[in-house]
Parts: sequence; structure tokens; C-alpha cells
Amino acid sequence: MDEEYDVIVLGTGLTECILSGLLSVDGKKVLHIDKQDHYGGESASVALSQLYQKFKQNPVSKDEIETKFGRDRDWSVDLIPKFLMADGELTKILVHTDVTRYIDFKQVAGSYVYNKGKIYKVPANELEAISSPLMGIFEKRRMKRFLEWIGEYQEDNLRTHQGLDLDKNTMDEVYYKFGLGASTKDFIGHSMALWTNDDYLQQPARSSFERIVLYLQSVARYGKSPYLYPLYGLGELPQGFARLSAIYGGTYMLNTPVEKVLYGEDGKFEGVTTKEGTARAPVVIADPTYFPEKCKSTGQKVIRAICVLKHPVPNTGNADSVQLIIPQSQVGRQNDIYVAVMSDSHNVVAKGHYLAIVSTIIETDKPHIELEPAFKLLGSIEERFMGIAELFEPKESGAADNVYLSRSYDSSSHFESMTDDVKDIYFRVTGHPLVLKKRSQEDEEDE
Amino acid sequence: MNTSVTSIKLVLLGEAAVGKSSIVLRFVSNDFAENKEPTIGAAFLTQRVNMGDHTIKFEIWDTAGQERFASLAPMYYRNAQAALVVYDVTKPQSFIKARHWVKELHEQASRDIIIALVGNKLDIIENGGERKVAREEAENLAQQEGLLFFETSAKSGSNVNEVFLGIGQKISLKPAQNAQDGGQGSSGLRINDDSRIDLRAPYGQSSAAGSCNC
Repeated sequence: MDEEYDVIVLGTGLTECILSGLLSVDGKKVLHIDKQDHYGGESASVALSQLYQKFKQNPVSKDEIETKFGRDRDWSVDLIPKFLMADGELTKILVHTDVTRYIDFKQVAGSYVYNKGKIYKVPANELEAISSPLMGIFEKRRMKRFLEWIGEYQEDNLRTHQGLDLDKNTMDEVYYKFGLGASTKDFIGHSMALWTNDDYLQQPARSSFERIVLYLQSVARYGKSPYLYPLYGLGELPQGFARLSAIYGGTYMLNTPVEKVLYGEDGKFEGVTTKEGTARAPVVIADPTYFPEKCKSTGQKVIRAICVLKHPVPNTGNADSVQLIIPQSQVGRQNDIYVAVMSDSHNVVAKGHYLAIVSTIIETDKPHIELEPAFKLLGSIEERFMGIAELFEPKESGAADNVYLSRSYDSSSHFESMTDDVKDIYFRVTGHPLVLKKRSQEDEEDE
Repeated sequence: MNTSVTSIKLVLLGEAAVGKSSIVLRFVSNDFAENKEPTIGAAFLTQRVNMGDHTIKFEIWDTAGQERFASLAPMYYRNAQAALVVYDVTKPQSFIKARHWVKELHEQASRDIIIALVGNKLDIIENGGERKVAREEAENLAQQEGLLFFETSAKSGSNVNEVFLGIGQKISLKPAQNAQDGGQGSSGLRINDDSRIDLRAPYGQSSAAGSCNC
């Protein structure tokens, strides 16, 4: 093909597809390549038969799978479980790019937290806090005052600060000010601010404050929980952004391994050679698997267990979808265990089945045992697929060689760190910050 | 008079340069552009067709060029209620590709999708060019696979409206299905909330499922 482009993007994970879409809309000529034959890379959603191929040693025939679990094509299982915060950045990007036209979303029915052997709904507003069995009567009043402080806080009105300085006081000092007890701190920090460990306690309170606001505003958007989930699984997201990119002229080539990366004498990226020929561009954006030599481990490894159930998760009110957090302190760990539950109401499993995806950051040399506290809460498990992923990040900024690399998808329950990465790469590649603006209406032909 | 509007997601399939976009341009704008460049920037085009007592609103999805290197996403034909599989009557290779797309649709798309097989560029034959795909061959395929079949010329406009009317009629004959309205709500996220079962929600059965599937 021998063509010139403005940007070559390697890998069709969500980060890469969003960037490809944004850059195409900006008028850049984008060539987007994936070595695999499907969209999504690490953030794909796959059929059950693909899960068996990926995770199991012994081959299982499709007939066998379908006898047990229904039609294979009805399954669309996320390799990396996450939810969208209803008021989060990914939601904003989806709306501003109009990719919402291609994807339907549903609310996640409930947000739950594990406390002293039981599962509780996370109270998300003052009313729920007052009626939650999580806290005693006096603690409820303290929690109410804490939530009122958050709600009334205005940056430029010192009186609303109640003597606290978000940039000087630590979060632990904030808790102390409101007299909140250990288990309340636990669910505020872990199931509302969504910190995966307790490091935040000794850090300035601002980022915790912002995370709690995001949680509360997300709940306020649609009511039941702060989370949204796309019908047919998260794999729809990269596909939607890829379509956006294509509609704005982006060229897509799946199933196309990169045979050679070309560099100039100055060490800067110049292009790639594939079976289709050589394509040239001054810039490449890629996921870590395309440039392993330019990445380093973050030191963290995540274990994920995809569990197939034939019943809802016990004690969640038969919810069709749930985010369940087991805070680390509850089970003697340093990192929280997350459980994401989906069902046929999100069109990701065959009728009557449930998916529970359990994940945490590994702390020992027997990682599968670390997930036991979560497995115990799930009831009987029909099938289980376990995998360990090492998390990678780029060694360099990309300024020297024009190779801009994304980070691995982390263990957090939502996409906020992923969208931070998108914005960061966008800034490094274009030299200006990402400003979300509505696409012009004239593109949208309607009589 | 009943003015109910049914929205239909219609996808285009076929080899590059068989005239998919030209057929749509003819249908939507009654226009034709020689050496047309692939469409840029349109999520999908819409066109309404009056079918007597009701209106069908076609929401037509272009491949956006993603077929060029066999990179169409499954999302593209997910929940499509109709598909045009287009080939060029002067290019046998494009008919082989059309067979492939029919097979793919039967495997991947909704079971009751209405497929129209469309042999385009009839004007070339009418102007003395050589036909390379026999009408009988295409008719046989259509019959075997239960497809509507048309030969068209996007350039002259011949038979193009008939394709969409044919699909409209076939849809009208089917029992009323829930009106899909994917074009709605372009300004925000579409939330299918179990607690407010939305009749316009695209996948009616799924939003109802949440009420009791335990």
C-alpha cells in the first residue's frame, strides 16, 4: 500500500481506539492496525469458546460448551472488568463524540460492600446513610454531617470548608474532624472514593474529596448506583470509537502483525512494515505489547477470575448487576478485592446465567487463594477462568522517538485512570490539552 | 390517520467500490457523484419512506471503509433489521464476496434480519459493457437463502427506490415489532433502565428481563 499518514496506531484496545477516534475527528489521517483478528486487544469481550481457548489447557468442544451454557454467541465476557462512572470522564467522552449512538447503556443495579462477614448496600446519600444498617445511630449522624460538608463545600467560600484545607489536611484528619469510626472510614475510602488500599489516609484530602464527589454525582445521575455498563459488554466501547475514527477517514487493518518498525537516523519513528506494505507516519501510538522493550513493569500484578454462575450473587437482592467491594482491612490484606457481576440483562451471557469477575492486586505467591474470600460469597460456581496479568507502563514520554505508549489497564473498578492516560497521551502527541467539544450537527443528516 | 414511525437499522455490505454509498446517496438525495470519495463524518444517514398507514425511517449505516481490510466490527451488524448485500454485475469477484457476506449475516446477525441482494452498475451493461454475473445465478442464491433480489443502477437511479420499498414491505408484513429508535437521544447517553421500561428501548426483551429473571 505504501501510504503516508499523520499517525499510526497499533492495537485496538479502548485507550488506542479513543485516541484514534479523537485524532481522526481533529482531521489527522490515522492508520489503525491490530495484530489480532478482532477489536479490543486486552479490553475485548469474548465468547465462551474463546475463554476456554485462552484459559484452559484441555480443549473443550463448542458442542460441549453449548450443551452446558447455551449458545456460545450469546456470551460476551470482558477480559478486564470495569464499570463506567455515570458522571465520569469516559461518559463525557462518549457523549461529546456521539459514540453513544452506537452503544446502549444500562445502570448497574447495586453497589455493595463487605463488612464483618456480611454484604451491605453502599449508602450513597444522606437518606440512605440514615437508614443503613452499616452504622450505629450516632455514627449515622456523624456520616450525615460528613456528607453535608461534601455537598455544601464551595472552593471560594471559606465558611463552607469548616476549617479544613483540602490541600493541607490529610483524609485521616478529615475523618477525625467528623469523628468517623474505622468501619465508616473503610466504606467511604474504599466503596465511595474507590481507593484500593489505605495509602490515601495520609495524603492530602483533595483527591479523596474529588473521588467522593464523583461517586455521589454519578449516583445522582440515574439513581440506583453510580455505575453504567454497555449492553453486549465493554468490547463495544473500542468498536464504537473505532467506527468514529473510520467515519472520519481512519483506515483499519485487523489481523495484521507488524513485521518491522522503521526508525530514522535520529532514532525517531518513521513507519511500520506489514503484509500490506510499508506505511509511514511521524508518530506512533501503541499498547505495551507492540513495544515490550520500551515498557517496564509497574511492579503490580493483577489476578482476575471469571466465574460463571447460575444464580444471582447471594444477599444482593437478586440484582442483575452488582459491584461488590471487599475492603482490604476486612480480610487482612493490603489491596481490596473487587467483584463485578453481570447477567443476561446486559446481553453478556446466555439466559439464566451470571458472570462474577473477581480481581485483586497480588500480594502472595499463592494468588488464587487470595481470592477465596470473594469465592465464598458467590455460592456455587459452574466454571472458573483464572489469569494473571502483569501491569506495564512506558519507560519514556515518547518525546525522543515519537513512540507514545499506553499503560496496561489497572485493577480499578472504573475507567478514570484509563481516561487520564488518554488525555495524557493526547497532550504529549498533539501538544495541546484535550478539549471535549460537541461534534457539529451538520454531520448528522436528518430530514 | 395512523402516523406510526418504525425505525429500521439497515447496514450496507459488499466489496469496496461496488457502489454501496452511491445506492444510498441515490435513495436519500436522488443524486449521483461520479468517482465518489468514501463518505466522511456521517454516523449514519436517515430516510423516511411512507408505507401507506405508517412510515418507515431507515437508519442507514455505511461501512465507513472498514470492509477494505476485512475489519468490520461485529457491532456494525449487531441488531440490524435489514442489510443490503451489494455486488457489481460486471465483477464476478464481488459476487463471491457477496456470498460470503450473506453467510456471515446468517451466522452473526439477528435471526430475522431481512437481506436484499443487490447487483449494482446495471448501467454499464446497458451501455454495452459485459455482464459477468448472470442474473439467474444471483436469483438462485437469493432463492436458496431467502433474500430479496434486485438489479440496480445507482448512476441512472434505476430500481434503487424499489430496493428500499421492498424491504419496507417485507418489514410491514411482519408482526409489529418494538419500534427501534437508535437515532434518538443523539445528545446524551441512552440509558435502558429496568425501573422505567422504555418502549422505545432498542432491545425490548432485555429491558423487560431485569424485572424478574432470578
